[in-house]
Amino acid sequence: MAVTCLLGVLAGNATSANAASTLEAVKEKGFLTCGVNTGLPGFSSPDEKGHWTGMDVDVCRAVAAATLGNAEKVRFIPLTAKERFTALQSGEIDLLSRNTTWTLTRDATLGLNFAGVAYYDGQGFMVKKSLGVSSAKELSGAAVCIQSGTTTELNLADYFRMGGMKYDPVVFDTSDAVAKGFDAGRCDVMTSDQSQLYALRLRLSRPAEAIVLPEIISKEPLGPLVRQGDDQWFNIVKWSLSAMINAEELGLSSANIDSKKMSKDPAIKRFLGMDGTKGSGMDLSDDWAWQIVRQVGNYGEVFDRNVGMASPLKIERGLNSLWSNGGIMYAPPFR
Amino acid sequence: MQKVLFKRLFSKLWRDPVWRGVLFQTGLILAIVLVGYQIIQNTLHNLETRGISTGFGFLSESAGFGIIQSLIEYDESFSFGRTFVVGLLNTLLVSSFGVVLATLLGFLIGVASLSSNWLLTRLADAYVECFRNIPLLLQIFFWYFAVLGVLPSPRESLAWGDWLFLNVRGVYIPKPELAGETSVFYGSFLFAFLVIASLVWAGRQYRRQTGRTLPWIKSLFLLGIVAIPLVAGWVSGVRLGWELPVQGRFNLSGGLTLIPELVALFLALSIYTAAFIAEVVRAGIQSVSKGQREAAAALGLREGRILKLVVVPQAMRVIIPPMTNQYLNLIKNSSLATAIGYPDLVSVFAGTTLNQTGQAIEVIAMTMAVYLLISLTVSLFMNAYNRYMAMVER
Repeated sequence: MAVTCLLGVLAGNATSANAASTLEAVKEKGFLTCGVNTGLPGFSSPDEKGHWTGMDVDVCRAVAAATLGNAEKVRFIPLTAKERFTALQSGEIDLLSRNTTWTLTRDATLGLNFAGVAYYDGQGFMVKKSLGVSSAKELSGAAVCIQSGTTTELNLADYFRMGGMKYDPVVFDTSDAVAKGFDAGRCDVMTSDQSQLYALRLRLSRPAEAIVLPEIISKEPLGPLVRQGDDQWFNIVKWSLSAMINAEELGLSSANIDSKKMSKDPAIKRFLGMDGTKGSGMDLSDDWAWQIVRQVGNYGEVFDRNVGMASPLKIERGLNSLWSNGGIMYAPPFR
Repeated sequence: MQKVLFKRLFSKLWRDPVWRGVLFQTGLILAIVLVGYQIIQNTLHNLETRGISTGFGFLSESAGFGIIQSLIEYDESFSFGRTFVVGLLNTLLVSSFGVVLATLLGFLIGVASLSSNWLLTRLADAYVECFRNIPLLLQIFFWYFAVLGVLPSPRESLAWGDWLFLNVRGVYIPKPELAGETSVFYGSFLFAFLVIASLVWAGRQYRRQTGRTLPWIKSLFLLGIVAIPLVAGWVSGVRLGWELPVQGRFNLSGGLTLIPELVALFLALSIYTAAFIAEVVRAGIQSVSKGQREAAAALGLREGRILKLVVVPQAMRVIIPPMTNQYLNLIKNSSLATAIGYPDLVSVFAGTTLNQTGQAIEVIAMTMAVYLLISLTVSLFMNAYNRYMAMVER
């Protein structure tokens, strides 16, 4: 996979992949290609019918709804942590929405841009109850299962080094293999972003016997990425995400948006494309934001049904609540 | 007039196979260089327009991730260049062990498949058919998940006294530790090697001159390699100690650990490749004409000596070239390590390092160059060996 992507970079013509605009390319194809996780419940995983669901998946659908007017016109490309950046760089995907942490190196040296934060996360540890550990500070000498090529891997090394502790890194390619290794007893600890730990716990043979330790050792702002050099496309992805957050703030949801069309509220009128800048600056139709909310839902709906209380993961909103609700989820206004 | 002369000269050159050859070959080289130049330029241009950093500067940056097994000193503070070396050594470790076991096993099974013992032959055939027809990746998974994965947890390790432990995290054995003037000890090894080499040479000279072999010479070798360092060590006060694995809070610590990823990969690679080597050996032995065997038997040689002195030396000429291929396959197949997380070159460098730095082109190019270099070195040695073994025409 990495190698085929590499060939794309080697042989591909600069003008074709960077095509005058990604938007045009997407419209011409008639679908969006979106890189997602190979399988992480709550963020991106296919159900029995092969239909992808999850928060990351819904970001892809929102962009498809905004650009093509149809949230179903997405082709999902499952990628491992190791494959994801090359796939985006080489033009194999239009958008990477795969629980990826926004870091300086990634933003500055990979030729990529982060279009915002879709989920505020932090790295945690999971152990089996039988181990009798109650804090990450007691983990010196433990074997730790971890996914290769992630920021998690680097934070882990820093954390143990700072604490003067030793560990054996047991490194796997996919989060699924990490869970399997933990389940089989190859390691004492599984470390990852906390949201992932909850998701992976569902995969264990006895989920009730695993606990998440209280320590959070890093900031992990997760969000979608695009290639550098196409500002229009960058804006589209950035504002698709903003639209979902703003919709929640404005009290617009997939259930009530049609009834709000008659609303007198100027903010809602601007949002629905009946007033103001509309979609013209991004070459989108005027009702692009309306399409996102109607077909995918607002941020709160997406959170609830995928990872929140309406899902098996039951993760608290916490940091991911709206700023007006005690969280830090904040999007620039539609004006 | 001049034109006609030129035409004649040209048509003459054109019909000359040597000139024509030079012309076409120059053309081809030019074309290859041009295409290569175009690819490189295009790549650089693409990288630049996409804002991707290039260059090998990343090799000196600190890596920041841990690796479970390294033959040289390594921790998170070392550089990405170091991760390259760690991965490379791990690849060489599993490949060289694999080559040795695969060769031994392959020879045994190859010879067994030609045995006159019905059961032995059938067993050897069954081995070959079974292991060469199952994909290697499945065999790796089999050893890793089905065989090693069901071992007990570290707290219930299978123990042999307090010096050998076996659990799902690997095999733990004591680590030898030398205390005192170790340089004397290592120096005496070199000395012992020199002594033995001269003994071998003397023994050969003796055989050449008299036609007799010295029956005691082999025991002398063994004595030399064991006795000389022992005596040297004893005199200089070097003591051998053992660091035993001890049960820690989570795992056993101390001693030497063979991680299950290494064991699984090593077993799968050697067992798989041995099946192919067995076939190569069988074909090689069968290529030696039956008359050779009969002639040797007529001289009164026993079965074992016929095989050792007459059949195998001739078979080797047929065996070595395809055997080289098997060695190369084994080395390249070791890159499947990444499936079970053994920290080989592909997993550590072309995997984690690539992803942490994003320098796909540099990393992949280095990795490919290394595999190419390893393969070329192996085939160079095997070709030299092949020439050495080739029949000397008198």
